[in-house]
Amino acid sequence: MKLSTGIAGATGAAGLALFAALPAWAQDAALQNAATPPAAPTVNKGDTAWMMTSTLLVLMMILPGLALFYGGLTRAKNMLSTMTQIGAVACFAMLIWVMYGYTMAFGDGGNAFVAGFGKAFLKGITPDSTAATFTAGVAIPEFVFVCFQMTFAAITVALVLGSVVERMKFSAVMAFALVWLTIVYFPIAHMVWASNGYFFGLGALDFAGGTVVHINAGVSALVAALILGKRVGYPQERMAPHSLTMTGIGTGLLWVGWFGFNAGSALEANGSAGLAMINTFVATASAALFWMLVERARGHQGSALGFCSGIIAGLVAVTPAAGNSGPFGAIVLGGVASVVCFFAVSVLKPRLGYDDALDAFGIHGVGGMVGAVGTAVVYAPGLGGPGPADYDMGAKLLVQIGAVLATVAWAAVGTAVSVVAARALTGLRVSAEVEHNGLDIGEHGERAYNP
Amino acid sequence: MKLVTAIIKPFKLDEVREALSAVGVQGMTVTEVKGFGRQKGQTEIYRGAEYSTNMVPKIKVEVACGSDLAGRVVEAIQQSANTGAIGDGKIFVLDLGQVVRIRTGETDDTAL
Repeated sequence: MKLSTGIAGATGAAGLALFAALPAWAQDAALQNAATPPAAPTVNKGDTAWMMTSTLLVLMMILPGLALFYGGLTRAKNMLSTMTQIGAVACFAMLIWVMYGYTMAFGDGGNAFVAGFGKAFLKGITPDSTAATFTAGVAIPEFVFVCFQMTFAAITVALVLGSVVERMKFSAVMAFALVWLTIVYFPIAHMVWASNGYFFGLGALDFAGGTVVHINAGVSALVAALILGKRVGYPQERMAPHSLTMTGIGTGLLWVGWFGFNAGSALEANGSAGLAMINTFVATASAALFWMLVERARGHQGSALGFCSGIIAGLVAVTPAAGNSGPFGAIVLGGVASVVCFFAVSVLKPRLGYDDALDAFGIHGVGGMVGAVGTAVVYAPGLGGPGPADYDMGAKLLVQIGAVLATVAWAAVGTAVSVVAARALTGLRVSAEVEHNGLDIGEHGERAYNP
Repeated sequence: MKLVTAIIKPFKLDEVREALSAVGVQGMTVTEVKGFGRQKGQTEIYRGAEYSTNMVPKIKVEVACGSDLAGRVVEAIQQSANTGAIGDGKIFVLDLGQVVRIRTGETDDTAL
């Protein structure tokens, strides 16, 4: 997104060819704007209040949402380690974000892969600075935009940890986060969401971060897990989730928080946010039930963990489609993503033998890809989507697939570099003894559950 | 005197207790235990990862009674704990050498 920091007028029109999600709208806005002299952007208190609320909802997704969701899936001896790693990398991401992350993703200028460094340390941003939205002449305070996007960086790096918990050192996690955010997350966020970004230029549809957040985190998780290696005893030893109750609580917090993530990505309190909201309800509801249906079809019982997994798969898939689909397209998308993710985690993973401990790749990576490609389908007006009447689904499918492949490649290479750097700095993996005793006592000197 | 030890399915405990009260048993000791016999263990599945447990949760009921009552105690347990399915459990009857009531020091039949 290009920000109109106190510069209306001539640059305003370019500035409004913005944020990636709905390029068609953005182009319309830019055209309208070219025809009439743009007014100075106005900040609406309702929009601002909604965006501040959305920002906090995304924070709630991380702490306690993701921490409990992931924590419950680990063994009891690694509960605190998992929660602490998630919280600590999220905090680290917030600090890095204001230092140089924001300017790398959303600063002025730069190229298709990274923005300019003019806003390092938030230089020049004041309470009066504004960030453009999708509507011509409507803006939100830039500090609110900085915070909103900050929570996205924080949750994405935390999501990656799902594949490496129960064996990666705390220090290694922190080192990895620093390098990974710098060379993977900030550039991809810029490519997808900035007006001069590479994917934005291709016209890729990504309403709330299916590529930037989920495919990126999922693929990075897979690569990190492959380099790190399996947990000792995997898959022979019993590694059942220690508390599906905690996982269930985390799932609920993630779903509620996801409304900030998806509906907040409209950047305004308007109809587009409303569309994202209803899709975030129905795609998720569909996915939750479809996972349990597949379990039954495979001869198992419908399970609580399946229900929770379906919810996350649906949320992930609807993220790029949130404002780019009609409600019934979203229901189908959620259902399809749930079925595909089920097979990814219960058939593909055991067959290939990698240890993606909490299925960060199986759900976020695979669900994200289904969502990104599916968005090109459900966007079609004939299927109830908000696409234009002359929408060319075939062309858009190619763009979406191209964006997915490019993200996969960038995330894979960047993650490999980040993990190798973390290994050089910290040794990467805890000793076999610490792994056996649990990272709670071995890395933090505490136990989650004392008698 | 006899010590009757029964391994039963946990959900049958209330029925066994009622049946024992009906034949005049005035006390029992109940313990949660695990074990295995002919009944297969249970299988748990988490996102496709299957874990089978060989040890099945059971309840152990212990009743000390006079030799004259032992037959009816065994019969009461056998009938009340029966579901007809594998895993209903077993009853062990042992001779009991001595019984002491701690509060009074009474012994054997008077202590039961």
